[in-house]
Amino acid sequence: MISYLIFFLIICGIYGIMTLGLNLQWGYTGLFNIGVAGFWAVGAYTSAILTKPPVPEHLGGFNLPFIVGILAAAVVSGIIAFLIGIPTLRLREDYLAIATIGIAEIIRLIVKNEEWLTNGVRGISGIPKPFHSLLGNAYNFFYLILVIVVLAIIYFIIQRGIQSPWGRVLRAIREDEEVATTAGKDVFRYRLESLILGAMIMGVGGAIYAHFTSFISPEAFKPMQGTFLVWVMLIIGGSGNSLGALLGALITWSIWSGTEILTSFLPSAITTQAAAFRVILIGVLLEVVLLTKPEGLLGEDPHVSSVLKE
Amino acid sequence: MVLLLQLISNGIILGCIIALGSIGLSLLYGILKFGNFAHGDMMTLGAYFAFLFKVQLGMPMWAAFVLAMALTAFVAIIVDQIIYKSLRKSDSIILLIGSVGIALILRNFIQLIWGPQNHFYDKGIQMPIKLGLGVRVKPNQILILVVTVALVILAHLFLRKTKMGKAMRAMSDNMDLAKVTGINTEQVIKWTWVLGAVLTAAAGILLGIDTHLSPSMGWNLLLPLFAATILGGIGSPYGAMLGGLVIGVSQELSTLIIPPTYKPGVAFLIMLLMLLIKPTGLMGRSV
Repeated sequence: MISYLIFFLIICGIYGIMTLGLNLQWGYTGLFNIGVAGFWAVGAYTSAILTKPPVPEHLGGFNLPFIVGILAAAVVSGIIAFLIGIPTLRLREDYLAIATIGIAEIIRLIVKNEEWLTNGVRGISGIPKPFHSLLGNAYNFFYLILVIVVLAIIYFIIQRGIQSPWGRVLRAIREDEEVATTAGKDVFRYRLESLILGAMIMGVGGAIYAHFTSFISPEAFKPMQGTFLVWVMLIIGGSGNSLGALLGALITWSIWSGTEILTSFLPSAITTQAAAFRVILIGVLLEVVLLTKPEGLLGEDPHVSSVLKE
Repeated sequence: MVLLLQLISNGIILGCIIALGSIGLSLLYGILKFGNFAHGDMMTLGAYFAFLFKVQLGMPMWAAFVLAMALTAFVAIIVDQIIYKSLRKSDSIILLIGSVGIALILRNFIQLIWGPQNHFYDKGIQMPIKLGLGVRVKPNQILILVVTVALVILAHLFLRKTKMGKAMRAMSDNMDLAKVTGINTEQVIKWTWVLGAVLTAAAGILLGIDTHLSPSMGWNLLLPLFAATILGGIGSPYGAMLGGLVIGVSQELSTLIIPPTYKPGVAFLIMLLMLLIKPTGLMGRSV
């Protein structure tokens, strides 16, 4: 039971990292990124390829340390975000949505088809788990602490950024782009920075995920699990609020994995039907939140000047 | 040379299907100001409704075709009344998120009812007809072309000759001006859903006739649909038709130089180039 709880919290934490990244992009800057799964995959594969011992089937064998893998995952995800941002961030906000869904699909096609790079549909196995031999049975507990530490660092960075003048500009752009432009802010640059930083966070999340499961394949990065759940988490928790994002991750993942436990008691003949039903449930939940409580459970945290507070 | 002509002919068939889907997507985009991410899954729904009537209830194909289009339009109006109508007051991006949710609900509903496996309208294999110059076409593909042309002409007459069609184009062109002239916007929105759903259901059925039915058939076409819409210019139904054909043909022609698995990427690249060079599209206005 305890071990399941730890496993559950680790996955929650990884989703929490994704949700924080998305919250920076959507919640604070109004960037509509529905390619989360793509950045997730890029982070996971980058770190896996860099840290694995050599194998003949695919690129890899650099045997680099875990921390290098994580940092590289962030850098590569950031570069991809930069490349997407250049053509789309000057345009209407919904074009970014279409572009990100496109890039996520292309990343999935590459991962699936370029066997020399990713081993195709068979996926990459044996991704090193840091300090695994030292810790043995207590390993998942250690990993949970690692996830929490990473989550805390990211949370701290985002909160610092958001409360700084930089964060104020982001929110200004979200509320009214023209006002921000009139105030002499380079809207495009700020948007690009937010997109890149958010994508880097997602890349880190992807790497953490890869080292935990030790196995990744294209199946893991389908739009449903990779992108849509993260969006539901953010909307339910409250976009524009980092704590809300984390709360949303916890609640949504509880529902998602709770219904999985329930449907596992059903006869195996209808498991695909049950899986479809769970997705419908999450979809309905999203619509209900959008219709009844569009600001989410926590809503945006108030940003009032300390002078006004008094 | 033969290969080239064959690819172009395949591309036109695919282009017909994309064009039918993107006319509705473009009009909805123009009138409701949001990209309907459930459009591909509405296409799938239409295809499965036709499967229900044709295979499961044993009706003739033409009747199944018409009934499936009507039922898809009905579903579209219901969804609009329950979900989108209340969301219209908020930001267009909220509508977009709502449509992503609808897309998932529809796709998984289809999987729940009809299962994840492929379905066919007809089990038989069709012998291809040889056209001149060695190009081969299946009789079904000629049917697809004929039905598409017929539907496009009907849509054209509807948009040009009827009062509702004119109101639709007016709203898509300039919302405020249209409102000032006393157009009943809710009524126009309803009819836009009907037109969009009918055409996209037809596209799904034709795709099912050409290949097979699967729960993700429409979702996989979503990117080409958006590419065609943006290429043609958002809100311009005629641009969408042109865009559909361009995307269809270029996807097929791309297999000459890149592996066919990357076909969806071609639509995406064309779209990105268009956004970079002329974001208003071939036949659109400023955005």
